[in-house]
Amino acid sequence: MIWQLDLLILLMVVICAIATITIRDLLGAAIVFGAYSFLLCLLWAEMGAVDVAFTEATVGAGISTILFIAAIFRTTRRSKD
Amino acid sequence: MKTLALLATILTGAILLYGTADFAPWGDPQSPPNRHLSTYYIEQAVKETHVPNLVTAVLGDYRGYDTMFELVVIYCAGMGVVAVLRRSDS
Amino acid sequence: MKSLQALAKDGGGDNLILQTTIRLTVPFIQLFGLYVIVHGHYSPGGGFQGGVLLGAAFILIALGYDLPTSKRHFPVRTNAILANSGALIYTGIATLCALLGGYFLDYSILTRLLPIDPIEWRSLGIFLVEVGVGLGVMCIMLSLYWDMASGGQMEEGL
Repeated sequence: MIWQLDLLILLMVVICAIATITIRDLLGAAIVFGAYSFLLCLLWAEMGAVDVAFTEATVGAGISTILFIAAIFRTTRRSKD
Repeated sequence: MKTLALLATILTGAILLYGTADFAPWGDPQSPPNRHLSTYYIEQAVKETHVPNLVTAVLGDYRGYDTMFELVVIYCAGMGVVAVLRRSDS
Repeated sequence: MKSLQALAKDGGGDNLILQTTIRLTVPFIQLFGLYVIVHGHYSPGGGFQGGVLLGAAFILIALGYDLPTSKRHFPVRTNAILANSGALIYTGIATLCALLGGYFLDYSILTRLLPIDPIEWRSLGIFLVEVGVGLGVMCIMLSLYWDMASGGQMEEGL
């Protein structure tokens, strides 16, 4: 475990998490959420939990982003608040 | 309302951070979670199942019940979406 | 900010670069998904991750082309049958273990069906169960995408 790399990834995870809840455009928020999942996957791979990282990369960054975009396609792109 | 929500979030986060202080150190072989079952799996899993990947051995054999209901949960989610949304005849 | 429906209408039609890329990469994604399922005993991966990869390959076809094309490659009826049989394989093997006189999910008792070493049966049982998980997850991910992208009409999607 390299603590500098850990700190960098954690910082980017926090930035992505805050960006996800502040962006008004829901499509952009879904994409940033995919980036957040991918950064978490990097963090887990770096900590040695390769199976969890694999699941996070496929489900979190892959399928759930597509399902979010499909839901936005059927509803609206604008956030109410 | 928004400040209330922010306060609740910060309070929950602070309590969770306080809780992590009691966690075992990362990767410590002497910590309580690593002394009970982990040693048994590391020593016996390959001998008992012939699966070199310990994660697969634990998920598929020792904790097979857990994985089975994981699949059942996903199956129920899929069937629920089909039952609620699908309107085609095919 | 244009809505996604308007964007899909404006830039609609066939995109040659996208479709050629998808046609070339989908076989490799599927091969990698099968590898992840089958090689789960020796490397990270297993039924769940491999099934999601296989489902993502079909979702990629539905994204780049359209829903009818993906329904032609993977009919809805086959999807339903495979999703059910995936869940049935897992629970069926578990129940079979109990019916043969062992514990629920104790694969070593299956040696009464096919007389090989009980420890080898535990390894083989994990593999069979992972195949069931992969089948179920693949079909359910694809049907989730179909229903959510088309609103249940199954005619046009993203």
